[in-house]
Amino acid sequence: MGEYKLNTPLRDEDIEQLKAGDVVFLTGVIYSARDAAHKKLVELLDAGKELPFELEGSAIYYVGPSPAPPGRPIGSAGPTTSYRMDTYAPRLHSLGMKASIGKGKRSDEVKAAMEKYKGVYFGATGGAGALLSNSIVESTVIAFEELGPEAVREMKVKDFPLLVINDCHGGELYVKPRLDTTG
Amino acid sequence: MREIQGKAVVEAVAGMCMRGNTELPGDVRRKLERAMAEEDSPSAVEVLRQLLENADLAHDTKLPLCQDCGLAVLFVEVGDDCKVVGGNLRDLINEGVRKGYADGYLRKSACDPFSRANTGDGTPAIIHFDLVPGDKLKIAYMAKGGGAENMSRVTMLAPAQGWEGVKKFVVERVAEAGPNPCPPTIIGVGIGGTFEHAAKIAKRGLLRELDDVHSDPDVAAMEKELEEAINALGIGPMGLGGKTTVLGVKITIEPCHLASLPLAVNVQCHSQRHEEIIL
Repeated sequence: MGEYKLNTPLRDEDIEQLKAGDVVFLTGVIYSARDAAHKKLVELLDAGKELPFELEGSAIYYVGPSPAPPGRPIGSAGPTTSYRMDTYAPRLHSLGMKASIGKGKRSDEVKAAMEKYKGVYFGATGGAGALLSNSIVESTVIAFEELGPEAVREMKVKDFPLLVINDCHGGELYVKPRLDTTG
Repeated sequence: MREIQGKAVVEAVAGMCMRGNTELPGDVRRKLERAMAEEDSPSAVEVLRQLLENADLAHDTKLPLCQDCGLAVLFVEVGDDCKVVGGNLRDLINEGVRKGYADGYLRKSACDPFSRANTGDGTPAIIHFDLVPGDKLKIAYMAKGGGAENMSRVTMLAPAQGWEGVKKFVVERVAEAGPNPCPPTIIGVGIGGTFEHAAKIAKRGLLRELDDVHSDPDVAAMEKELEEAINALGIGPMGLGGKTTVLGVKITIEPCHLASLPLAVNVQCHSQRHEEIIL
C-alpha cells in the first residue's frame, strides 16, 4: 500500500498511479456537493449552463457539514454515503471530474466510468467529522445557498487524509461479506 | 399530582441534544477501545483509532462527533402521577430540540420528502410517548443519522420461518449494507408486535447500554448468536475488513398476531449518540 501527497487539480497521471488501499493526503481546493446539489448541477448541465466550478481535474466531497461555530472555518465535516450520488457520478466523470470522496459502495456504472475516464473514489472515515474538519482550512459557499447544509462549498484542504477505495484499474478495497459461514 | 415545569423540559431536551452530539457515550467508547485491542488488521485499527481521536476532539472543541446530527428521536415515559405545566409536552420537546440544535451548532437535517426544503430548525422531532406508573418524566434522546437509518428494514416473515428465518434476514441485511452504515454498527432487532410496532421496539432497543446482558437468558443467547454470525461476515470497521462488524445486537421480543412474524432491523452507526434524563 503506497502513500501519496497529491494536489488539486488532479491529472490523469495522478490517478493512474493509485491503487485500492493507497493512502492519499490531498491538498488544494475541493467542492462539497451531495444529493440536492447534484440534482441542481445536472439541471444546469441539461440547460447548457455553466457550473459554479470547473469540473476538469476536480474532486467532489459528498458532505453536508454542520454549521461553523465562532472561530472555526467549518463545523464537523465527514463523508455521507456515496451510493445516492451514483446516478450523477458517471456523467460528471465524463466531463472531467477526477475524484469523489465519500463512504460506502459504488455502482458498477460508477466503477466503469472511473476506468473509462481515469477517476478515483476516495473513502474518508465516516463518523470522524470533527477530526476531518481539522484538514479543512477555508470554506466558502459558492452556489445554491438556499440548500443550507447541502449548498456547494469551495473548501481549501491541507493534507486531507483519504483512502483509495476504487482505483481506475478496477481495483476495490471493500471486503466481500463472508455470507457462506452463516449457514 | 406532581407538577413539572415546561421550561425544565425545554432545557433538559436542549442539553441532551448538545451533550449527545459532542460526547461519545462511555459504553460506546469502551466497546471501540476493546475492538481496537482485538483487531489484527492495520486498517481496522486505524479506523478505530481515528474514531477515538474524533471523540476526544469533539469533547474538547464541542464540534459534533458527526456532521449528521441526525433526526432527533425521543422516547418519552410519562408517569401517571405527574403533569407538565406551561405548555403542551410535544411542543416543549420540539422547542428543546430547536434550541439545542441552534445553540449547539448542530446540523438541521429535517426536510420535506419531495421538495427537500429544509425545515430549518431540526424539527419536527420524532417522539414516542408511553404512559407508565409513577410521578416521573423520563426522556431518552437519540441522534439518528440518515446513513444507518437508510440501511434499516421491516419485513413480515411467515411464522414457520421462526428464529432461523429471523437470523437469516438480519445477517443478510447487515451483509448487504456492507460499508454503507458506518460499521461497526449496533443492530436493534424488533420481533413481534405489528408492522409499525416491530420498528419501534427495534429502535427502542438501541437505547440499552451496549455492555448489558439481556435479563432473559434465552434472548441473551440469541443476541450473542446474532452478534457472532454478523462478526463472522468480516466486514469490519468502515467495511475495510476485520473482526468487528457490530458492537452489539439488541433484541426486543413482544407478542404478535397468530398469522404474523413481524421483524424489524434498525441499523445504528458506531456513533451511537444517546442521552437520558429523568425529571
